Amino acid sequence: MIVQALAFYAFSAVAIASAVMVISSRNPVHSVFYLILAFFNAAGLFVLLGAEFLAMILVVVYVGAVAVLFLFVVMMLDVNFVELRQGFLQYLPIGATVGAILLVELVFIFSAWAFGGGTLAAPAPDPTEIANTHALGNLLYTRYVFAFQAAGLVLLVAMIGAIVLTLRQRVGVRRQKIARQVSRARAEAVEVVKVPTGQGV
Amino acid sequence: MDGLLREYFPILVFIGIAVALAAVIVAASLVLARQRPDSEKLSPYECGFEPFADARSKFDVRFYLVAILFIIFDLEVAFLFPWAVSLGQIGLFGFWSMMVFLLVLTVGFIYEWKKGALEWE
Repeated sequence: MIVQALAFYAFSAVAIASAVMVISSRNPVHSVFYLILAFFNAAGLFVLLGAEFLAMILVVVYVGAVAVLFLFVVMMLDVNFVELRQGFLQYLPIGATVGAILLVELVFIFSAWAFGGGTLAAPAPDPTEIANTHALGNLLYTRYVFAFQAAGLVLLVAMIGAIVLTLRQRVGVRRQKIARQVSRARAEAVEVVKVPTGQGV
Repeated sequence: MDGLLREYFPILVFIGIAVALAAVIVAASLVLARQRPDSEKLSPYECGFEPFADARSKFDVRFYLVAILFIIFDLEVAFLFPWAVSLGQIGLFGFWSMMVFLLVLTVGFIYEWKKGALEWE
């Protein structure tokens, strides 16, 4: 139990510290790296909650793929970040409002937990009896089938959208066409020329 | 709950060892090695000549396309794991729901193949 508490505080502290570094570091590439560290620590917190499938998906999808995409975007934007920071403070009221709303929500949750006797709702399938991945699989494909199919459609739209937005055919690129090479006949490739003696071709 | 976390305890030990080892290596090179920096030693170099330009240059958007297609199929495979684990309980309906999901994504896959998004030119 003590190890669990220590791991929780370590993961939370590193997650919060790296989240602060994401928004405060000057170099945006460093921000992305701190974001990856925050993702790792969130995965650790998920494991402590017993949601091991979510933790592994967080590592595979977010750390493995989405962070790479963020790096691409940061590298590709080629923005002058010093110039970008000039009008930074004019967004302060909106940001402060969002932060205040989140803080109020957290206070509500914590006070409901503190005054409600400090008991948390138990997870619906008992984690000691059934593995997390198994419990998810029992519900996702039958009871939440419409949400599941909608996720598939969203992925399809993302795929087609990415292709439509970014794919362009370059002109003047010479590709190797193996079918054309194989189907080439002798008649169109070589020609026997009768050269008269002493005159050249 | 405790049994699950007990299975993850070796990973926690590994994380601890990794963090401690990294800290020891950095601290040892800071303490033990002789440090005599000058501006030439600290400046970045490009294999002998001065760096031409900033490292952050624009590159082709096709790298982005490959990355986003990778993420989409990554998510598709992520949906396969719980399905494979609990295929015995969810029966024929669960099986066919996954088949429809895969069919939808196969349509997208055929589209990108025919469009030539997987070719590199």
